[in-house]
Amino acid sequence: MSGAHGERVLVAMSGGVDSSVAAATLRDEGHDVAGVTLRLWGGESDSGCCSVSDVEDARRVAAQLGIPHHVFNLADDFEAAVVGPYVESYAAGETPNPCVECNRAIKFGRLLERAVALGFDAVATGHHARVEAGPEGRFRLLRGADAAKDQSYVLAVLGRHELARTRLPVGRMTKAEVRSRAAALGLRTAAKPESMDVCFVERGRRVEFLAGRAPGSVAPGPVVDRAGRRVGRHGGVARFTVGQRRGVGVAAGERRYVVDVDAATATVTIGDHDDLLCDSVALRSLTFVDTPPPPGARIAVQSRAHGAAAPGRLVGDRVHFDQPQVRVAPGQLVAFYDGDEVIGSGTATRA
Amino acid sequence: MAYLDHAATTPLRPEVVDAMLPFLTGGHGNPSGGHRVAQRAKAALEEARERIAAVLGCAPGEVVLTSGGTEADNLAVKGAARAARDGGTGDGVVVSAIEHKAVLASAERLRTEGFRVGCAPVDPYGIVDADRLAGLLDEGTVLVSVMLVNNEVGVVQDLDTVAAVVREHAPRALLHTDAVQAAPWLDLRGAAAAAPLVSVTGHKIGGPVGTGALVVRPPATVRPEIEGGGQERGLRGGTNDVAGAVGFATALELTAARREAEGPRLEGLRDRLAAGLSALGGVERHGDPSRTVPGIWNGRVGGVESEELLFLLDAAGVQAAAGASCSSGAAEASHVLSAMGVEREAALESVRLSLGHTTTDADVDEALGAIAAAVARLREARKPVRPAS
Repeated sequence: MSGAHGERVLVAMSGGVDSSVAAATLRDEGHDVAGVTLRLWGGESDSGCCSVSDVEDARRVAAQLGIPHHVFNLADDFEAAVVGPYVESYAAGETPNPCVECNRAIKFGRLLERAVALGFDAVATGHHARVEAGPEGRFRLLRGADAAKDQSYVLAVLGRHELARTRLPVGRMTKAEVRSRAAALGLRTAAKPESMDVCFVERGRRVEFLAGRAPGSVAPGPVVDRAGRRVGRHGGVARFTVGQRRGVGVAAGERRYVVDVDAATATVTIGDHDDLLCDSVALRSLTFVDTPPPPGARIAVQSRAHGAAAPGRLVGDRVHFDQPQVRVAPGQLVAFYDGDEVIGSGTATRA
Repeated sequence: MAYLDHAATTPLRPEVVDAMLPFLTGGHGNPSGGHRVAQRAKAALEEARERIAAVLGCAPGEVVLTSGGTEADNLAVKGAARAARDGGTGDGVVVSAIEHKAVLASAERLRTEGFRVGCAPVDPYGIVDADRLAGLLDEGTVLVSVMLVNNEVGVVQDLDTVAAVVREHAPRALLHTDAVQAAPWLDLRGAAAAAPLVSVTGHKIGGPVGTGALVVRPPATVRPEIEGGGQERGLRGGTNDVAGAVGFATALELTAARREAEGPRLEGLRDRLAAGLSALGGVERHGDPSRTVPGIWNGRVGGVESEELLFLLDAAGVQAAAGASCSSGAAEASHVLSAMGVEREAALESVRLSLGHTTTDADVDEALGAIAAAVARLREARKPVRPAS
């Protein structure tokens, strides 16, 4: 939904094309728009300050659009709510979704709280998803118009109170439309490549990052097969995700997959593809956009940011699949859909 | 609009613009050249240098023109320390904990080059602790850097006491003082006399950005940081900025001539600001008020994060800052407040309001009104976002 005209909207501007166009669109719709770039990571260097080029891009776009721009330093909150849990999750043998936690705790948590304190009606981001107002003050979260770029999955932790104050103006555009709109406006970010990596870990340096903060997660341990026979050694549970095929360190005629990671004993269990299949997945931290669906409700289940949704039923804190599915790595978000609409989500557990 | 960020940079004085214009529009000679156009530029440059020296209380030949305070600090700290080590004098450098980042980063660079670097603590009022400074000094100390006026809290150091401690405990050390924030308020002929190395800049006194100087007087020697055509007695290469030097000289002279009137005027405005802020309740001023320059108020506004307060003030047309400015615009917990023993949470609720030559009574009224409104709103809003509905 686009909200009433004349709203005061604080746009989280990452310095990328989507949030640039989000700000431009809201401005053009007649809203009172201000931009903010979050400084979430990167301590002071020897020379003193942070000069991230993304901040500069956001600042320049805001200047082009004629809207105020500020930088909020939420690094302490980010460390506590995103980086710390990310490290703990890997140390526990899980595979976390830090972007989801950032949305939950930072963008639609701390930032939204601050926006309201500052007198804004809503926070906007450049996510490809849609928020629609329903009857009786309800809000629906829907997939973005561009199926290939849909980001509703990473927002599936939001509830109605957050959605009431969330504006996602590019969710009704395709990525191509976003880029052409940016180009038409002459925005410097029009052709900027997308960032796909975890923003606080250098590309390809995850294990090194974890080694510095949770040495136990990169300590060697045994690789065993389904029968518990030791078939090799590994260089740390943090290197493995359930479903992963590469790097299991055993020479076998057939393809082997990680089927379990037990951080307590630093044991990685491997098996063949059939061993990965399961009928259900147990969840924790269940959350719903609005009222929970009735027990046994039919849902579509998506357990990766850009994966296909599998049909199933939600019973208590467990999702039962209609057809056996590849096991969801513990720590991953499992989002529930009804068609294009997000119902809620939970976090996969090892149980 | 009420601009209360003069310690970040203060507007150019109109007289400075007038003084510079002839050199920007006509006097294009390179002062290092031999022809008459160059000679005219050289004459203007040297006249400006004499005027700068007169205000700073040194000889013209002791003024090394730089691109500003940061370059002057770099040249003083790194240049003096490296020259001393080259000369076999020693390898110890001591800086105060509340120095500008230009000094701290230079000292950190020296540490990576093998220098022994000590950091002198300050008391809760921001004053360098003379006894603990003494404890960091020895025969091998070659440079001590203590800023005359701190840029964030405005506290004035007793440089004579510092110099006496240095003379007694580190007889070979040169004393450097960053007087960038002192220049608007203090007569440096006396206030900085104890230091053979003194950094100043133009844009804090109504002069142009990109101008400044390091005073290098005996017995100080420095190794150049920027080498080139031998300008500035070989201590700073690069074609001289004649217009900048003239503007800097004019700004220094105007500041000195008006100081006697401007100091008390701005102190009065600052004190009115302080009284109004204090009336908000939960406000704690940082630094020793009896030893703070007229233009700076720095304090904690309890229960109000400075990023949020500054956001609302900006929207209301009041410009202020959370301590020193940073290239990204993000607030950091101030190292100065931290050195003064201010807790992180309190530091993140602290703001700096700084006054200067254009500040008026009306600015103070406007700022106090906007601050009161913003503080009331933010204190009211300090509850969870989730409404009951």
